[in-house]
Amino acid sequence: MSSELTLTEIRTQVREFIAGRYPQQEIADHDDIFALGYVNSLFAMELVVFLEKVFGATIPNQELQIDNFRSVDRMVSLFERMRSGGSPAEAAPVAVSG
Amino acid sequence: MRPVPAIAATATADPSAPVDRASAARFVDREVVPRVAEYERAGRVPEDLLASVSAAGLWAPFLPVEAGGQGIDLLTLGAVHEEVGRGCSSLRSLLTVHTMVAWAVQRWGDTGQRTRWLTGLASGSVLGAFCLTEPEVGSDATQISTSARRRGSDWVLTGIKRWITNGQRADLFLVLARTERGVAAFLVPRDAPGVEVVPIDGMLGTRSSMLAEVRLRDAVAGPDALLGPDGFAAGMVMTGVLDLGRYSVAAGSVGIVQACVDACAEYTTSRRVGGGPLRDLQLIRARLTDMVTDLYAARALCDRAGRLKDAGAADSLMATFIAKYFASQAAARHASAAVQIHGAAGCAEDAPVARFYRDAKVMEIIEGSTEIQQITIADEVFRRVVR
Repeated sequence: MSSELTLTEIRTQVREFIAGRYPQQEIADHDDIFALGYVNSLFAMELVVFLEKVFGATIPNQELQIDNFRSVDRMVSLFERMRSGGSPAEAAPVAVSG
Repeated sequence: MRPVPAIAATATADPSAPVDRASAARFVDREVVPRVAEYERAGRVPEDLLASVSAAGLWAPFLPVEAGGQGIDLLTLGAVHEEVGRGCSSLRSLLTVHTMVAWAVQRWGDTGQRTRWLTGLASGSVLGAFCLTEPEVGSDATQISTSARRRGSDWVLTGIKRWITNGQRADLFLVLARTERGVAAFLVPRDAPGVEVVPIDGMLGTRSSMLAEVRLRDAVAGPDALLGPDGFAAGMVMTGVLDLGRYSVAAGSVGIVQACVDACAEYTTSRRVGGGPLRDLQLIRARLTDMVTDLYAARALCDRAGRLKDAGAADSLMATFIAKYFASQAAARHASAAVQIHGAAGCAEDAPVARFYRDAKVMEIIEGSTEIQQITIADEVFRRVVR
């Protein structure tokens, strides 16, 4: 984890990313964006690419579960868990995105 | 595993030498351009050229050094694929699908999978192919019927994949198949029991890209075949892989336009009509101007996509859709113009511009057709509109 951002900063950035993608919607931090029907495969990939950049680390495969991305709250929790070492990144993270 | 044959006498490049646009251009001019017509007629990239690609370190130079790559950025990779596309779209297609597989293993593989496959993928001793498309549903991943199930500790796959680039030659297939939890990606060695490869010949374009139908009849892929997570995240494996393939095709399309410019500039200088060179005609100059303008525009779009990928920016996916949409259509448009400029000479079997014309049409179809790009790009526009 190379991100020096605070949890508040992470939350703000995640919130802004989702709002930027769906500016016509009011989405609360606890709202399930999957249940709201906003997520397609392109958005899901963009979301992971975005989070990995903000987190400064590759999200390990075992954390790529839908529940971790349902809401802003869940994504912030994922970051917190990764930063605390509860979810160590796998070896040899890639430098490419896609 | 089928080894790559001993490197041919011409394959003297040093795989540790830096791979970049210039090195790729030299490779293409020396190893590809002089013989592309011959092997396109044969419908197969020859083994010694595959070995030359290995020797030049072109298969997967984006892989990290510790995996046998050079760790080059994706902006540079795009330039490399453009140069290869300038020389031969079939060979660039092989690079595209190989890149997709190698990237997927690097990005999503566990330690064991990386250890098993990456070094070979980096060197080219293992060639990859991507198996999504099926006879009944095309490339609609939501509808694929190929299945994967556990039998003991092994993964067993059943289904048919069609139009598989480099299927005839690849050693490792990245197969998308349906599990109980949804679609997932699997690494299936060519020599796995139950794998049958049936060549597909006589295609319109990319004639030496060694297409095949890959038949999986209870193919036993082993216990470590599942690549990355299944379920929700499996869609990301596919989206990420296709994004990289789309980027490569976009870059290759730019290469086709560059090749058209080069061929037309040369031909219209030497060909005389009405007492002067063809290039003096204003209509010819107008066509070349359009070609060059689109060339620079398409390259700029590809470069933007590459830079965004290197920056880890989420916008890189949409940038790649746009680059591929523009570049593939520019290639088709200008390859058609190039044939027109060459007249009958451009319609000959071995005429380079005839090949560009055939190949450019394929670029509008593969890695997301023009129509799919239109749907996706327009969706993005509407998604961002404030009501």
